[in-house]
Amino acid sequence: MREVYAQTLISLAAENSNICVLEADLMGATGTKVFKEKFPGQFINVGVAEANLVGVAAGLSSEGKIPFAATFGTFASRRAFDQFFLSANYAKLNVKLVGTDPGVTAQFNGGTHMPFEDTGMMRLIPGLTIVEPCDTVSCERLIRLAAQHPGSMYIRLHRKGSQKIYDENAEFTLGKGMVLRDGSDVTLIASGFVMVPEALKAAGILKEEGIDAAVIDMHTVKPLDGELVLSYAKKTGAIVTCENHQVTGGLGGAVAEYLSSEYPVPVSRIGAQDVFGQVGTLDFLMKEYRLLATDIAEAARAVIKKKH
Amino acid sequence: MDQAHVEKLKDIARDVRVLALSSMGHLGVGHVGGAMSVVDILTYLYYTEMHIDPKNPRDEQRDRLVLSKGHAGPALYAVLARKGFFPIEWLDTLNVGGTHLPSHCDRNQTPGIDMTTGSLGQGLSAAVGIALAMRMDGRTRRTFAIIGDGESQEGQNWEAAMCASQYGLDNLIAFTDYNKMQIDGTISDVMELEDLTARWAAFGWHVQKIDGHDFEAIEGAIESAKQTPGKPSMIILDTIKGKGCSFAEGKLSSHNMPISQEQLNEALAALKEVK
Repeated sequence: MREVYAQTLISLAAENSNICVLEADLMGATGTKVFKEKFPGQFINVGVAEANLVGVAAGLSSEGKIPFAATFGTFASRRAFDQFFLSANYAKLNVKLVGTDPGVTAQFNGGTHMPFEDTGMMRLIPGLTIVEPCDTVSCERLIRLAAQHPGSMYIRLHRKGSQKIYDENAEFTLGKGMVLRDGSDVTLIASGFVMVPEALKAAGILKEEGIDAAVIDMHTVKPLDGELVLSYAKKTGAIVTCENHQVTGGLGGAVAEYLSSEYPVPVSRIGAQDVFGQVGTLDFLMKEYRLLATDIAEAARAVIKKKH
Repeated sequence: MDQAHVEKLKDIARDVRVLALSSMGHLGVGHVGGAMSVVDILTYLYYTEMHIDPKNPRDEQRDRLVLSKGHAGPALYAVLARKGFFPIEWLDTLNVGGTHLPSHCDRNQTPGIDMTTGSLGQGLSAAVGIALAMRMDGRTRRTFAIIGDGESQEGQNWEAAMCASQYGLDNLIAFTDYNKMQIDGTISDVMELEDLTARWAAFGWHVQKIDGHDFEAIEGAIESAKQTPGKPSMIILDTIKGKGCSFAEGKLSSHNMPISQEQLNEALAALKEVK
């Protein structure tokens, strides 16, 4: 995924000299060294200083630059929250803040580096757009859309490995979820590289039991595609949200908040349940935090029983 | 600078103090101390140094100013109003609901404000970003930044200091308003900054320390900064908190203080009397 991030930025910078890339000593991790080599004048490494990373990005943006500033999601959110809140968003500037290694994908970096709360914190920033690509196609499209979008964004970026869920011609719009599988009994609303495939797998498990599950990739967590959520709440009467994040504040919180006023149906939320991260392999952590397809399927069966 | 120009700047600064105090006096409360201490540097910058066009506040070919100690906004508003960026009557609307002049600087509210500030410690990073952008675009104008002394206790300043030095931003000239007081006491009692000159020098900056109320000294320091290639400049302004305001000058309580009508009248009369 990081290769797609870097190559997309290179391609954007070739068309627009205002594209800038900022790093805080994680150029190697984010894969942007290739960008630095191509566009050294549009690349800034601020060292291990995330508050300054976001502050400098805000200053660049006030001069019309389009800065993409990346660091681990924990530091992008917890460490530089006030800078992003005030210097970027309150100031109505155009900073694309990229938080990498979402949730359990931080693996061996463990609890100190495992962002289970970044999306939730970011959702509190008025007017901010938050996206989380789930594959290489959506990554490329969403980065391009981010560059065009006139305002700050938080991009929750999976870093290592790659997968393809969409075909090359898929069209994306910020704030519009993608229906990956239609269904009539329950809707699985997922986000991100780890959870969207698990939701699809869960739909396969449920199908064998005669349960017809719809799957939505909610690549934009904010603004939430309320229209799509509402139509599937009406159609299926039960929802399971699937996120690699705390179940409060993020995707599950957003869906539950929306439906509680618009069209209350039972909602079950898959994700970290008010706990901190820890070290481990991806397999261990997926199991530990009950993020697997089998956990989603179990939640789906239970939530269907609660239908009105 | 000839004596006539010095006298002219002194007159302007007195007028700016009158305008800023009146504006804060309207609601009877304000950040008097830190606003008064930066009046002279702002007066010098806007009336001698900076290339600006009040009719075109976002002119690309302008010098930029980040007032990182955003609570000193009322002093900058008085200067901007006097320069014609917006009607002088706006000064009476300071902090009134719906105003274009909020207590802390807001780039989206006030013509002539280049950066939104208020959460201390963030402005210098923004100034670094602005200076980098100007250099990327081959623009020769400068970025000025004013930070507070208490504000200098925020760690982000020193992240920005390293970055400005690493990137050799000689188009960035920053000032520390060193009035030696912060909310809870004197700087040295709360959190000592000395040796402030040595600290900035150690971060790779060209550093000068001058009397921040002396226009000729300010001119000399800015000229020296301009002639120092490859390094950002820090000009430490030895200032007096509340300078020129009879009820606030040199007082620890002046950070954010109530202003009675009586105090206001007395201070304004004193300022006008000097003239």
